Amino acid sequence: MLRTISNAIAGLAVAGLLAVAGQPQAAKADVPESKDPIKLVIMGYSGDNIIMYIYGGLIEELGYSVEYTPADYLGQFAGLKAGDLHIGSPGWDTTAKAAMADAWDSGDVLNMGNMGIAVNEDWWYPLYVKEVCPGLPDWKALQEPDCAEALSVAETSPKGRFLSGPIEWGGHDAERVESLDLPFEVIHAGSDGALTAEFVASIKRKQPIVGWTWEPFWLPALYEGEFVEWPEYDDACYEDPSWGPNANMAFDCGRPRGHMWKSAWAGGESIWPKAYDVWRKFELNAKEMGDMVYKSDVDGVPTQEVAKQWIADNESRWKTWVE
Amino acid sequence: MLLLLAVILTVLLTVLGEALPWAAVYPESWEVRVDTAISLAMKWLINDADFGLFTFKQMTRALGTLLNAPTLFLKGLLVTGFTIEGEGETALRIPPLSWVAVIAIFVSMGVALKDKRLTLFIAASFLYVAFLGLWESTMLTFASIIVAVVIGIVVGVLLGVAAHRWIIVDRILTPIFDFMQTMPVFAYLVPALMLFGYGPAAALVVTLIYAMPPMARVTKVALSQVSEEVVEFGRMAGCSRLQLTWQVMVPSIRPHLMVGVNQVIMLALNMVIIASMIGAGGLGFDVWQSLKALRIGQGAEAGIAITLVAIVLDRVSQRFAARGPTYQTRYQAFHVRHRALILALVIAVFTTLAGIWYSPFAAVPADWTVTTGRFWDSIIDWVNINLYVYIGAVRDAFFIYLLKPFKNFMLSLSWLGVVLTIAALGFHLGGLRLALVTGSLIAFIAVVGLWEKAMISAYLVGICVFLACLIGIPIGVLAARNDRVHKVVQVIIDTLQTLPAFVYLIPVIMLFSVGDFSAMVAVVLYAIVPAIRYTDHGIRQVPAHVVEAARSVGCTRGQLLKLVEFPLALPDIMLGVNQTLMMGLSMLVITALVGTRDLGQETLIALSQVDPGRGLTAGICVAFIAITADRLINAWAERRRKELGLDVVTRA
Repeated sequence: MLRTISNAIAGLAVAGLLAVAGQPQAAKADVPESKDPIKLVIMGYSGDNIIMYIYGGLIEELGYSVEYTPADYLGQFAGLKAGDLHIGSPGWDTTAKAAMADAWDSGDVLNMGNMGIAVNEDWWYPLYVKEVCPGLPDWKALQEPDCAEALSVAETSPKGRFLSGPIEWGGHDAERVESLDLPFEVIHAGSDGALTAEFVASIKRKQPIVGWTWEPFWLPALYEGEFVEWPEYDDACYEDPSWGPNANMAFDCGRPRGHMWKSAWAGGESIWPKAYDVWRKFELNAKEMGDMVYKSDVDGVPTQEVAKQWIADNESRWKTWVE
Repeated sequence: MLLLLAVILTVLLTVLGEALPWAAVYPESWEVRVDTAISLAMKWLINDADFGLFTFKQMTRALGTLLNAPTLFLKGLLVTGFTIEGEGETALRIPPLSWVAVIAIFVSMGVALKDKRLTLFIAASFLYVAFLGLWESTMLTFASIIVAVVIGIVVGVLLGVAAHRWIIVDRILTPIFDFMQTMPVFAYLVPALMLFGYGPAAALVVTLIYAMPPMARVTKVALSQVSEEVVEFGRMAGCSRLQLTWQVMVPSIRPHLMVGVNQVIMLALNMVIIASMIGAGGLGFDVWQSLKALRIGQGAEAGIAITLVAIVLDRVSQRFAARGPTYQTRYQAFHVRHRALILALVIAVFTTLAGIWYSPFAAVPADWTVTTGRFWDSIIDWVNINLYVYIGAVRDAFFIYLLKPFKNFMLSLSWLGVVLTIAALGFHLGGLRLALVTGSLIAFIAVVGLWEKAMISAYLVGICVFLACLIGIPIGVLAARNDRVHKVVQVIIDTLQTLPAFVYLIPVIMLFSVGDFSAMVAVVLYAIVPAIRYTDHGIRQVPAHVVEAARSVGCTRGQLLKLVEFPLALPDIMLGVNQTLMMGLSMLVITALVGTRDLGQETLIALSQVDPGRGLTAGICVAFIAITADRLINAWAERRRKELGLDVVTRA
């Protein structure tokens, strides 16, 4: 947390310097200050694409020219540092913390603030799992050997399998399993694609499964399911063994909730100050984000359309950002 | 003898792990942090390296801009058009070539080659991408691939010629090429991004690193095989050294060069997906994006488009090369000789201009396009729901009785024992030099602290190569025996080689679930290709008179295969095994996406943490395993060949 704050301060300091440097021209020049295209990252997830298309649509109305550039979630930070990409797709605390910290530390990428969307990443199961593990969503249901057995696969039997994301996503699940005495083994899917493929295949054949999912995301929107309820997260839980149900071990609680963070190439501040200002003010809430993701992934509305609709429906809100 | 001793030693060291812990498991305190050193060096290169007039970063960036230029031009021609002045709606623009125009031009090539089947194939392929709504992506991919292939061929031939001419260049380039071909792509993705910036230039560089070496190798080997008479003739005709090389020798090896061209095209298209992850866009991005949302059918459609692009480019270039220079026997006017081309150009100009007023010429109208996506999705669903009971049982049995025991076995081995055994094997096959090289390459893995992950890689690739050979070699034998089987098999393996592994990765996971078994299926599917191809080729190459002689002494078909064809084809088959192994290793990156805990995963983690040192170190380990295996197999094949009295044929 401290690290994040100090990063934010460092980022703001750099931004401040640049803003001062860019001020004289900015005051005189009309918006757009430059017709050079602003490159926005498009990663291929509906939620992130919608955010980018909304922002892109707004600054296009201000007269900027926008270029949507395909990029990888984590790969984008190298591009942002070098100025090959300008506006980053939002990074999640839960999965991109290290990459974001590294980028912000370098001074070449600005932390443009919190997106306003709390993100939740936790153990999730489709609803029919309750038949074999009565007592869910309370985590204690997972302690039952029958429940674990029903959730097991050849690699873990007789223990249950917790299907985690790629190992670099972290999550402290191995520690959680140990400290809460769950008869489970953590198996990592190597990529988000593998994770969701396994989920969908299992759900379609009604095989019990518990694994890592996040929100807002199409999987929990499309299939009925619930997140496991743990002893609520507290900073002390991760650091102090005596905290929580297990007096001798840390991590005996749920995960911290995280946020989405906006990033941008530092050099762009002096080129398109107004566009950067809009990006700083840009905020959405979790509810509308979830609805839009559902509209796109479940109803099949193209992400550009969803974004256009939002712009049309929320004029009063974004007017205050672009003024 | 020595080999036996080493094996016994390994067993002893493994069993006596407790007495000599440092020999069983490499002690952490002995590890050398190569990865940190590389990361620091990389940071220095990018932030501080300065040549006085310009910095290192400025240099690579300038190179990047230069490399970008041809791609941008082709992109303008095929996709975006060119803006002359102004902006937005009112700008004065030259439109891109109409889709009808592009089809007409390519079809006219088929006509010019006087090859009806090829013409039909070209037309069908382009109509496929047009009506499946993939036109723009395909053109983007075309633009970047053509540039990569052309640069790859030019640079490859130049390096090949240089390596042929100066032995020192050859000595330097050979290990570099080994690295370029065996290093997992994810390992150098981060450095490439840092140096060349996000976008098509980095994608191009990454593609070239992977796809160019075969061209250089083929050129070098072919040049060394140019017959003395040809060179002699060139000298007699009074060629200078330069003329001799470029006007006599290089043209004389054209058929060999085309093998290289084929490889460059295929490998460049293999990289399409990964290139799209760093900003190349196109079909690769379509595949990547649809798989993220589990739209398997859409991913497959785009994947097949990639395969079609590969085949069209390959066949057209092969036919043009095979045609050779044409000599005119009697005068024909230009417009008579090039009727098809002129017609195509007229259509091109007309449709492109017409596109300005009549939009169906400019872009394929959305309501003309179809998708087969649902069909593929429903097949996977059906199999998943109805056949999973059986699939799951097979998978579990494999895991319990084969994968798990073998994995545990590999992990239990003493590192020192393995290093010594490899060295002993090297000594046995190739002498002291080989022993030192292979032994130290393997020891390096322990030194940098990646032993355990390397053993998991070795276990996975080992099993996959074994299975690929077990299935692939018999298919190769069948294909060699029967022309009809040969034709069918050719189509299948060509598809497997060019269809991006990502396309079948997700369905494989849905059917076989996350874990080593899925990884195995994906690797075997990809690595089986050379096992089939080389076996087929090897047996077909057995001289007809030898087969005749064997028949005349009364060999049965079985005896012919067992006693004559197979032994004679064995060096070729071993080359295939070698290639299978290389392909298996190159798939490690992909297996990491399925969730294996091996060196591939290490490169993937490095990618996510933007840690160039970590990725490169793991990449070097993969390359070292590959080089060791390659040297050992080659040494063995060489020995066999000498024993069999076959001519020692140098090869690519």
